[in-house]
Amino acid sequence: MGATVTTTATNGKTWDGGNEPMGASYGKMMMWFFIVSDALTFSGFLAAYGFSRFKFIESWPIADEVFNHFPFMHGVDAPMYYVALMTFILIFSSVTMVLAVDAGHHMKKTKVAVYMLLTIIGGFIFLGSQAWEWKNFIQGTYGAVETKGGLILQFVDKDGKRVALGDFAAHLPKEREQLTRNKGVWYMSDAHATPNYSVEQVVEGFKANPDLLIRSEFNTKDKTKTVLSREESLKKLNDVKYVVEGANLIRNEYGHKLFANFFFFITGFHGFHVFTGVLINILIFFNVILGTYEKRRSYEMVEKVGLYWHFVDLVWVFVFTFFYLV
Amino acid sequence: MAHTAHESNTKRIWVVFGILSVITIIEVILGIDKPKALYMTNLLSMNLLNWIFIILTVVKAYYIMWAFMHLEGEKGSFRWSIVGPLVFLIIYLVFILLVEGNYIFDVFKNSDYRWIF
Repeated sequence: MGATVTTTATNGKTWDGGNEPMGASYGKMMMWFFIVSDALTFSGFLAAYGFSRFKFIESWPIADEVFNHFPFMHGVDAPMYYVALMTFILIFSSVTMVLAVDAGHHMKKTKVAVYMLLTIIGGFIFLGSQAWEWKNFIQGTYGAVETKGGLILQFVDKDGKRVALGDFAAHLPKEREQLTRNKGVWYMSDAHATPNYSVEQVVEGFKANPDLLIRSEFNTKDKTKTVLSREESLKKLNDVKYVVEGANLIRNEYGHKLFANFFFFITGFHGFHVFTGVLINILIFFNVILGTYEKRRSYEMVEKVGLYWHFVDLVWVFVFTFFYLV
Repeated sequence: MAHTAHESNTKRIWVVFGILSVITIIEVILGIDKPKALYMTNLLSMNLLNWIFIILTVVKAYYIMWAFMHLEGEKGSFRWSIVGPLVFLIIYLVFILLVEGNYIFDVFKNSDYRWIF
């Protein structure tokens, strides 16, 4: 407004301080520019994820088959529901946050405090949900084997339904035990946790069950995974090197190795943002209760942390799309 | 912030919440159902269903940034100094990386190099 008009009358105003470029206070503007840089960081991650997906477009796992758990519904195939619920929780906590900002504009201290508290609770519920999601992802459901070339092979029955390793692996005497401190004289850490079944058990079990087939990572024309014939399956079993149960940073039973890495990294980084957001919200919540902003006659600080909280919601909207929908 | 009049925005907030919820529900229904007419198509290396998801996501992002983060109440210069760089840089980065990823896929699939398995 006045800042661009060069008359003697406004000159004093322009250079005497207290001027707000682009009509935003310093704190708010810097919060916005922090968000811009953070948004670019997340876009970098998501773009890298997109790059890898396009690079391995024929063998990327199908999200609906991986994320299909819902609390208290064991063995029920429930794709998307849980993550949709998480999305609603986060959007709703965004709503309570913006209501707190709105109440702050009207200097209603109690209302601000109540809405802030609801936002914090929403944040904790979201974090808990994400932990549960991670637990399922890490634990896995069916198990798979990996070939020498790094290909994941899963097991299906004649109808194409997935079969868990435990349902068919032969019971052979275990030849290897997990090395732990109390068993060793000279302790060396064991590189990887021993899976519940050895490669031999899985191979023997597969041979003993003529109904079983192997499902490879590669997509068919119908965008489902290729199921090998019994002969091809038996041939493929010669290349098996590892038994894979669940997911870690090295290999996962769902398919391509990068899939779990990107999942852990991007949802983990987002979860970290949610966690810091909750912590900052708690700080501001106590400040509201103590009347700090009442004394300052401005609840702008609530608005600034609100921006951060909405940003976290914004990122989740994109993570939701690119990990679960697309 | 003091110079803009702060009439209550509560109604607007709930309307936007409604819009976001409806969009999410549509996304979830489409994601579970995966209608073949959309899923089995291909437009610029992606199926129509994915394009719908991405467009709906951008619409959601618009509502979150404009209504919840209150960009609609900021000055135009401030608004576009935030949104402009983001839109330009993200489209640029994504375009380059996805084209490159697709190219590498083609190289491994069609050339003399082979996946070792």
